[in-house]
Amino acid sequence: MADLAIRIGKIKFKNPVMTASGTFGFGPEFDDFIDVSRIGAVLVKGITGSERQGNPYPRMAETASGMLNTVGLQNKGIDYFVEKIYPEIIKYDTEIIVNVNGGTIEEYCMVAEKCNKLERINAIELNISCPNVTQGGMIFGTHCPSTIAVTDAVRKSFNKTLIVKLSPNVTDIVEFAQAVEGCGADAVSLINTLLGMAIDAKTHRSKLSTITGGLSGPAVKPIALRMVWQVANAVKIPVIGIGGIMNTNDAIEFFLAGASAVQIGTANFINPAVTIEIIDGINRYLNNKGFSSIHNLIGALEV
Amino acid sequence: MKKRIEDLKILENKRLNEEFFVLKLKSDQTFEKILPGQFAEVRVDGSPTTFLRRPISIYDVDYDENTLYLLFKIAGDGTLKISELKAGENLNLVYPLGNSFTVGNVKRVLLIGGGTGVAPMLILGKYLKNEFKITPEFLLGYRSKELIIEKDKFNSLGTVYITTEDGSEGHKGLVTHHPVLQENNEDIDQIYCCGPEPMMKAVSGIAKDNNIPCEVSMENLMGCGIGACLCCVVDTYDEGNVITCTQGPVFNSNRLKWQI
Repeated sequence: MADLAIRIGKIKFKNPVMTASGTFGFGPEFDDFIDVSRIGAVLVKGITGSERQGNPYPRMAETASGMLNTVGLQNKGIDYFVEKIYPEIIKYDTEIIVNVNGGTIEEYCMVAEKCNKLERINAIELNISCPNVTQGGMIFGTHCPSTIAVTDAVRKSFNKTLIVKLSPNVTDIVEFAQAVEGCGADAVSLINTLLGMAIDAKTHRSKLSTITGGLSGPAVKPIALRMVWQVANAVKIPVIGIGGIMNTNDAIEFFLAGASAVQIGTANFINPAVTIEIIDGINRYLNNKGFSSIHNLIGALEV
Repeated sequence: MKKRIEDLKILENKRLNEEFFVLKLKSDQTFEKILPGQFAEVRVDGSPTTFLRRPISIYDVDYDENTLYLLFKIAGDGTLKISELKAGENLNLVYPLGNSFTVGNVKRVLLIGGGTGVAPMLILGKYLKNEFKITPEFLLGYRSKELIIEKDKFNSLGTVYITTEDGSEGHKGLVTHHPVLQENNEDIDQIYCCGPEPMMKAVSGIAKDNNIPCEVSMENLMGCGIGACLCCVVDTYDEGNVITCTQGPVFNSNRLKWQI
């Protein structure tokens, strides 16, 4: 058994495999299929200050090797999470990380402060990269002064481990990673979805109610890998790799590019047991290679 | 029963007519109860343009043989690939998913299906007959006689009314034109309906006008089928956007704000 444990901020994770926010519900959705406690961390569905209905149907379009979504942060708000969901999901013997969203800096801070008081929440992921909302979200994540302003403010509201989820919809993602590192973020996670479109040639309409949406799945993996590699070479804080990871090999590629951990997203939709398969697969891979630890792989790309 | 991911063996992939296919699948494990209205998410291998699973209604279950039946038609590349699968091959399913039709204190029930929407009506008819001793009445709509699906199976459970758009069998027109729905509906206690959305909307309207409770099974675009992606929402009067795959696919029709 190789050592899969990694450290991000103040937390030691039992393994480097996490779920990507918005692809795993809150965890119980997967109880019939897997032992959720075996996952390194569960990143719950994005949460805002108050309830949001999300965007109208249709919210999804299948694309070549991927999908577009425009869910638009449908959730019941932080108070509902604290009262109804949190007490249920702390049954899991793993880290629960809240994906924090807002339309304003004040809303982000309010959600972060409420998470700060929850004993079993040791980290939040600040989502400044949701492409499917008209206020907040990606607007904060694609304009560097706004990124700094919101990260600074949330850093003051939350004294545990702070991860910032970056948008790929920028010219130079390194600039944003360095900016949030400068604000005291403990880690960056990347990439969120890429802004895309799908059009129905028969009806001359967009396949999504909001016209544009976020692209995920294997189609985005090469871009995600490149961005992880660039960022890992430019910051000292850990990088969490996300983007089209469907199996163990995909995950290994992200570690080689410099990721300290990975998040599994869209793959959960097609194989609800994929997270566990990847954890077991990484262990087997390390054993076969004769590596004692996941750290033998992180950033080990030969150039 | 608990949801599971499983490779089932294809015993038969039968083409019923120009449009419809029935897959007969065998499990190595026994089924606990699969409820009428539930569906399976089918993985499609070897189709470069198909990324997500395909949600398909469960049409019938044989608990003695551990077999289940899926009814489908070719709607795109994914279902085309499924139609080409042969007996002996495996098919990976995540199932059984979703809620189910509910049965209250009812005597006369009308089960309305259109096209592949007849699938949940067969398993529901069987359930009504076996568990509630209710003899169902089926009202099944097709474009033409050639497309009628396994009439004997429905006949063995109860009365079957057929409508065809071209009048080649049964009543000419749509299900909503049939006398059982238009004229002889006073003592119907419950309507169940699955089919194209315009059909379900029209049936819901008739049910509402006649104060007949009505449940419909929605067929929305789904990403996952297990409540994780939140893509398949329907808009309701009481709760706003709700998830079709876990809070449905069966809904009391009075809840729904139809989008068409």
